[in-house]
Amino acid sequence: MFLTAIDRYSWRKSLEAICIPVGAVLVALIIFGVFCAVVGANPFGVYGSIYKAAFGGWSAWQRTFIQASPLMLSALCTVLPARLGLVIIGNEGALVMGGLGAIAVGLSLGESLPPLLVQIGMAMGGMLFGGIWIAIAGALRHYRAVNETISSLLLNYIAIAFLNHLVGGPMRDPSSLNKPSTFPIAEINRLGDIPGTRIHYGLLYGLIACIVAYILIQRTTFGFAARTAGGNVRAAQIAGLPVGKLTIIICFLAGSCAGLAGMVEVAAVHGVANESLNVGYGYGGILVAFVARHNPLASALVATLLGGILASGGILQRSHDLPDATVLVFQGLVFLMVLYSDSLYGRFAFFQERETLPSNLSPIE
Amino acid sequence: MTEKLKLSRRQIVRGILATTAFGLTSKFGTGCSSQSGTGQTSEDEPLVVGFIYVGPKDDFGYNQSHAEGAAAVAELTGFKVIEQANVPETQAVQETMREMIEIDGAKVLFPTSFGYFDPHILEIAEEFPDVQFFHAGGLYEEGMPANVGSYFGYIDEAQYLAGIVAAHNTKTGKLGFVAAKPIPQVLRNINGYTLGAKSINPEITTQVVFTGDWAAPVKEAEAVNSMVNQGADVITCHVDSPKVVIETASKRGVFCTGYHTDQSALAPEAYLTGAEWDWKSIYTQYANWVKEGKSLMNGDIPHIVRGGLAENFWELSPYGPAVSEAAKADAEAIKEKFADASMVIYSGELKDNEGQVILSDGEAYEQQAIELETTDWLVDGVQGSV
Repeated sequence: MFLTAIDRYSWRKSLEAICIPVGAVLVALIIFGVFCAVVGANPFGVYGSIYKAAFGGWSAWQRTFIQASPLMLSALCTVLPARLGLVIIGNEGALVMGGLGAIAVGLSLGESLPPLLVQIGMAMGGMLFGGIWIAIAGALRHYRAVNETISSLLLNYIAIAFLNHLVGGPMRDPSSLNKPSTFPIAEINRLGDIPGTRIHYGLLYGLIACIVAYILIQRTTFGFAARTAGGNVRAAQIAGLPVGKLTIIICFLAGSCAGLAGMVEVAAVHGVANESLNVGYGYGGILVAFVARHNPLASALVATLLGGILASGGILQRSHDLPDATVLVFQGLVFLMVLYSDSLYGRFAFFQERETLPSNLSPIE
Repeated sequence: MTEKLKLSRRQIVRGILATTAFGLTSKFGTGCSSQSGTGQTSEDEPLVVGFIYVGPKDDFGYNQSHAEGAAAVAELTGFKVIEQANVPETQAVQETMREMIEIDGAKVLFPTSFGYFDPHILEIAEEFPDVQFFHAGGLYEEGMPANVGSYFGYIDEAQYLAGIVAAHNTKTGKLGFVAAKPIPQVLRNINGYTLGAKSINPEITTQVVFTGDWAAPVKEAEAVNSMVNQGADVITCHVDSPKVVIETASKRGVFCTGYHTDQSALAPEAYLTGAEWDWKSIYTQYANWVKEGKSLMNGDIPHIVRGGLAENFWELSPYGPAVSEAAKADAEAIKEKFADASMVIYSGELKDNEGQVILSDGEAYEQQAIELETTDWLVDGVQGSV
């Protein structure tokens, strides 16, 4: 399970970790096929369309990655604290604050510095704002024993209200009539696309962040301390680990990932901050984190899967004449199946240890 | 393995949380669409027209009004309509436009939500100079891609008439207006509604509550309840889906007037009338222009199309059972003046609700006045601030 500090390496366990989620997705596909058949569409045609729209060809992959990239970063906001035993769902708020931090830096630097420096400044601003936002939830948890799930959820609403206030008032560009927005950042400071594609650099940031998070948690002393504290806080305290510091640092890092996602939305997609920052990437990230069982690398894969489902939405419906919410049904089925498959771990004889292997300690899930 | 399935409390809590997240993500965009084009079997390739909506097509509101317009285009021969609903104002809409163009071969696109315009339509329009993009409410400016056009209607005219009817039905002299955001088009509707009511009884006031969101059902219901508690007895709104406002008003036993589409089915007794969009005529107009070979690029189709009743941009819902003959007569008299474009809503002396003079005696804003597209004031008689 994801909170165990050290599992013994075994190919059977690895196989279990692959087979169960894949099996869950297959079961979801079958149930979805039944749903489609009931509604009157040919299930196999539908599967074909989903595949074609999400993963069939370079253009489809780009579409999938575009949808996936904000999810990767925002998922880390739930993944990292989970290793400490905290359930943080403030991704949306951290993302919004990150966007605000980025636009604040971007507008105040203007064109006074070379674009690269401005972009770095915007990224720092986004990460700082997002990080502080979640660190607040962590600090409340540690020092005042406030439930971090509830506080981070409520912080979402505060962040969104703050965004709406700034965008509609103090930071509003008077020429943004129909959709109140801040002043735009200079065109030259915008983040471009990865050359040869229409995917912006947010995807790279997301992949890098997922890998760094994995290494941090699984391969460093710091990560070991965090996982220990996640396993048993009292034991960690008795062992002399600085649990408070760990909590706040992990929460800061988590928030800064979501904040970076906000910065990317501002710098690459919109060029301004407005209510489009708050379109549910944060909540999507929570889903990704839970389905990935709080493994940063798995998060990148799950985000891609969800991105693919989202990307297939339009074309799928256009060619099969299915009702409006079909894609939501599919998304819901996949995630429910994967979540409920959680209870299957350890229940199949085939995946169990046959005998005690020699102690080959390696921190693999 | 006979081990019983055991779930710890923590696992259950996690499961519940994650499941809850589904509900929250329902807002989070997936494209859903359905094909409503009539399969053309003629030897001519049908012209593919794409419509994109920010919400569901059956929302009793903004999106439904556009979907009704799209349905009118689908009826025409030689056109194939493709639609996609629930597309958020992010890169998702760019991808949707791209798919419609590249996969479905769309030549004309109607991305209908306000927030699609800048930057999304502008970026995609640059990339596909042969495709024409028409947007509701955007303000086309010189220097924007030549294949972008914008259209919108002066629906504050219809709100003026709704205000007249409301004034006949209020006993307390207090009207309630649930508004999404203080942007020019919303403010204009509030002003039109209030001026219409005041033309019957100058003492009438309109209380405004801004919810801050295009779709915020809980806040909308709260707003209606609090205004009714304070004495308002006719309620109207400008939000994406008026459903909640109309139903709540009806439950509270007060009258209401609708917006975007006909909501009389939701409150048969309480519904007085409503300001409805009539996108059918403008969409049919555009479709015919394109069919005739006209285009934005060579200047045959104007980049900015605006109009009122005279140009069939709006219509009034049929009057409900509670509307008196006197109210109908007053409203119809003004409606005729709108139809021949002789009615001016904004004429001096006009003050805003902070006492500042907007128009002095003898001055007037015609409907086309550019100042009205940047309205940032509320007319005297409105309780609320921008």
